[in-house]
Amino acid sequence: MSNIKVIEIKKSVFGSNANQGNEIRLENKRKKTLFVNLMASPGAGKTTMLTSLVNSLKDEYKIAIIEADCSSSVDAIKISDNTGVTSIQINNDGQCHTDSFMTKKALDLLADQHYDLIILENIGNLVCPAEFDTGASKNIMILSVPEGDDKPLKYPLMFTVTDLVIISKMDTIDYFEEFNLNRCIDNIHSRNPISKIIPISAKTGMGMDSLINYFKEEIHKWRNE
Amino acid sequence: MHELGVVFYVIKEAEEAAKANNVKHISRITLEVGEVSTIVKHYFEECFTWAKEKNEYTKGCDLNYITIKAFSYCNNCNQTFETVKNGKTCPHCASTDTYLYIGNDVSIKSIETEEES
Ligand SMILES: Nc1nc2c(ncn2[C@@H]2O[C@H](COP(=O)(O)OP(=O)(O)OP(=O)(O)O)[C@@H](O)[C@H]2O)c(=O)[nH]1
Ligand SMILES: [Mg+2]
Ligand SMILES: [Zn+2]
Ligand SMILES: [Zn+2]
Repeated sequence: MSNIKVIEIKKSVFGSNANQGNEIRLENKRKKTLFVNLMASPGAGKTTMLTSLVNSLKDEYKIAIIEADCSSSVDAIKISDNTGVTSIQINNDGQCHTDSFMTKKALDLLADQHYDLIILENIGNLVCPAEFDTGASKNIMILSVPEGDDKPLKYPLMFTVTDLVIISKMDTIDYFEEFNLNRCIDNIHSRNPISKIIPISAKTGMGMDSLINYFKEEIHKWRNE
Repeated sequence: MHELGVVFYVIKEAEEAAKANNVKHISRITLEVGEVSTIVKHYFEECFTWAKEKNEYTKGCDLNYITIKAFSYCNNCNQTFETVKNGKTCPHCASTDTYLYIGNDVSIKSIETEEES
């Protein structure tokens, strides 16, 4: 005779992720660490932008980078070689996004020191990362000119959850005639009227000052508010 | 889109519940999946079938997949309506001042074990 026993769990998958996310935000508030989630399509220019940004901020602030590549640690090595700041790789078993349980593990590895700024380079994907809370206090995405100005219409959720959209590879705008900057800005604002937008080129340095100022302001706001 | 991640999470939680209750093997996991949770059923089941075999507790276990209908609430007329059929617009009063109140989550309802006695 076999006898079936039922054990009630009633545990919400997304809800517990959001709770974990809130715990991370509270902890980082206490520690005065600004934790930023950076999202984009593959190849949009995340690593290039980060390298340049980190090099401009690292003398003033203590920074760490969390790389969430699907399977390699290429970006983690590239970032630490080119900036000298701590960068750690999180292994997410070929998944399409990063959730706050994964970021918690990474943040725990950084817990022995104080950081002013920790940036997560999320998986290259415009759908899944937008749906999962990572515990970040600011969500930023990069949209590169070659991807087209209609991306906010095709991936609405991504543009709804972001505080800042960086339009990257602006130096290529002459080659992509169908990309219209004003239309792109309108499309972003149609999804999220309060989103900030900063066009940059990591190649020519255009817009990098605005981006650096944005980060400085946010670091100070997070510390003091 | 991220079925595999959710599958891993479900299996990990099921394993923890089994350990906490002194259960050696799970025979069935019951999951409630919201209609607009973005989980695709057949893809989820495929991932589950693959992943359950990698865990001692869930090897060979069944999945009881229950779909929860999505409902929205209208702030204007205080009535509810089916989200998938109507989207953001209330079918009672045509207002768009509405919000989803059930149907976007995934939750692990229970695990079952068959014990010889
Ligand atoms: N023309 C131009 N090319 C750029 C710019 N920024 C990055 N690139 C190039 O775009 C390619 C991808 O850049 P990455 O920084 O590796 O992009 P990523 O988003 O980190 O890529 P993954 O991590 O692989 O998803 C590289 O060949 C860069 O040299 C830019 O501002 N202008
Ligand atoms: Mg990269
Ligand atoms: Zn995903
Ligand atoms: Zn109504």
